[in-house]
Amino acid sequence: MGQRLFICGVFLGFSLVLQFLKTGFQIVGEDQNGVYTGYNVSAWRTENKLLLIPVFTFSDNLAKQLSRKVRVLCWVMTAPQYLKTRTQHVRATWAQHCNAVLYMSSETSDFPTVGLNVSEGRDQLYWKTIRALQYIHTHHLHTADWFLKADDDTFVVMENLRRFLCRQDTEQPVYFGHRFRVFIKQGYMSGGAGYVLSREALRRFIQGFSSGRCTHTSSVEDLALGQCMETMGVKAGDSRDEEQREAFNPFRPDQHLLNPGTKKPTFEYSYYPKIRGPGCCSDFAISFHYIRPEQMYELQYYTYHLHPFGYKYRFNPADTLNYNVNKPGCPKDFFFP
Amino acid sequence: MLSEGSSFLKGMVLGGVFCLILSLLGTFSPGITSQTEQHLHHHLKPLSKEELQKLSENQMSEVTQQVQVYCVIMVTPKILVYWATANDTWSKHCDRSVFYSSESAKALEAVDLQEQDEWARLRKALLHAYENAGGLRWFFIARPTTFAIIENLKYLVLVKDPSEPFYIGHVQKSGELEYVEYESGIVLSYEALKRLVGMFKDESKCPERAHALWKVSEEKQLATCLKYSGVFAENGEDAQGKELFNKKTVGMLISDSMVQNPNDVVEACCSDMAITFSGMNPSQMQVMMYGVYRLRPYGHNFHDSLTFLPPKGSDND
Repeated sequence: MGQRLFICGVFLGFSLVLQFLKTGFQIVGEDQNGVYTGYNVSAWRTENKLLLIPVFTFSDNLAKQLSRKVRVLCWVMTAPQYLKTRTQHVRATWAQHCNAVLYMSSETSDFPTVGLNVSEGRDQLYWKTIRALQYIHTHHLHTADWFLKADDDTFVVMENLRRFLCRQDTEQPVYFGHRFRVFIKQGYMSGGAGYVLSREALRRFIQGFSSGRCTHTSSVEDLALGQCMETMGVKAGDSRDEEQREAFNPFRPDQHLLNPGTKKPTFEYSYYPKIRGPGCCSDFAISFHYIRPEQMYELQYYTYHLHPFGYKYRFNPADTLNYNVNKPGCPKDFFFP
Repeated sequence: MLSEGSSFLKGMVLGGVFCLILSLLGTFSPGITSQTEQHLHHHLKPLSKEELQKLSENQMSEVTQQVQVYCVIMVTPKILVYWATANDTWSKHCDRSVFYSSESAKALEAVDLQEQDEWARLRKALLHAYENAGGLRWFFIARPTTFAIIENLKYLVLVKDPSEPFYIGHVQKSGELEYVEYESGIVLSYEALKRLVGMFKDESKCPERAHALWKVSEEKQLATCLKYSGVFAENGEDAQGKELFNKKTVGMLISDSMVQNPNDVVEACCSDMAITFSGMNPSQMQVMMYGVYRLRPYGHNFHDSLTFLPPKGSDND
């Protein structure tokens, strides 16, 4: 009997150590809500169980300064069937750079998602937007300074959004995105490319609905929102960079950078002169659309990781002579030697 | 009861110790297979940041100016668009880039080697490069679908002496022969190329036409000739041991990483200072120009200790 136990012990000890060696000291972080921590994020804090606040360390002072000064709440339009196929990759990539994130869906879940009182489907999209903005207005009006909407196939570079927003005033009625010129006099912002509302814009949108001046006019959510914005006196802003290149992009990088890139009719909707090829997009691009999961990680790699060592970038706004936009407290652009 | 328990424990301890000893002996390593592979060939890494900072400003500018790359890019007229794309994208960052073709064609600006055999063509191209090197001391050989980030190549070889023989890339092994994979790009120092050209004259060791019944790939023939002249393959990697030379596209590597490392896709995938990706089509190359040389997050700074200026007369970088 003792002999058998001994042999059992040998096998057990052997396989335990074998397992230990195999896993190689890998530790996968998991917080109370079962949310996996990703690269560069040490944890997700949750407030009210639905709002995710990334807790992450910056190595760069300027980006850190900006994230404290320009707080952006990201809300991602998604649906239950896309959580595993799309939204989890949003959560693993660019959403980690937001000050706070809300995932808007028809159902509450442990993802976590906010369950809005709507059903899914293209004809429900504007209802979803309305309910989402009502939710944000009710619970998070002062959680952030700006409110960014994105789809679960939008890729956003938050640092570049903050660079732009730093010079804007959130108490002004204004919203930004990729501006279309059709259907509405002042134009409206493409939903897929993402749009960002100032606090005053959000207030006015809610006022519009509570006063009846804005109603559910159409299920084309970006167009319908644009109509309400115009009705309520919220200005459609210009988010192009110092070289007049677009920052919010309604298509994939290849569709903008190649000529011809895409034949989609909405490509011709742009308010500003449309450029195909390298002049299409700002170096400090804020968003791209129609991004599949693999591409999310690819863009993450290009944006935050892959680096041409020592390369002096051509576009350095601070070097230009007519650079004079300098809001007090906003960090001035300067080229790091 | 107690004695039975203690014999079980003794067994456990013995089993665990036995496993540890076996893995330490190296003939049996359960989870660290990659390490045993690495010990087969040499690793070549760039200077660390600390080492770089030790250089004075004068030394830094001297070294930056001296590391100049002659790009040997192999093309064929059948895929003219690849020549056009390489010409319009990454090759602009070479100090000199020369295209070598199997035959001439309209609109194709390349050295016509008039040679269909791949190995013979490579030999001729390298001979031409050697004879036309001017003052350039580093040579990078690319295939049509390869995209190279020349700045990172320069960083890799920054303080290495090109009058020493260097033969760098992604190293593979075939039997006893270690060779640099052609598809992911080959780097040769001037001395390595010089020795190679000398070895070309030796028809027995380094024949121009293979006499064997089976065809040996050009990458292996190259490795053999170099080996005879005392030049050995070295694997280019970064400080963390990540590959710098890749025969796959970024997309393919990301897809692999999504399967193998779903919780850390980008970190596990590819090096921050990767030099090559391959198997790329022209559209992917144009997008990569933007991704590498333009797209970046405001406020993140790399504090690189040296500077490479953008090429003149270019608008996509």
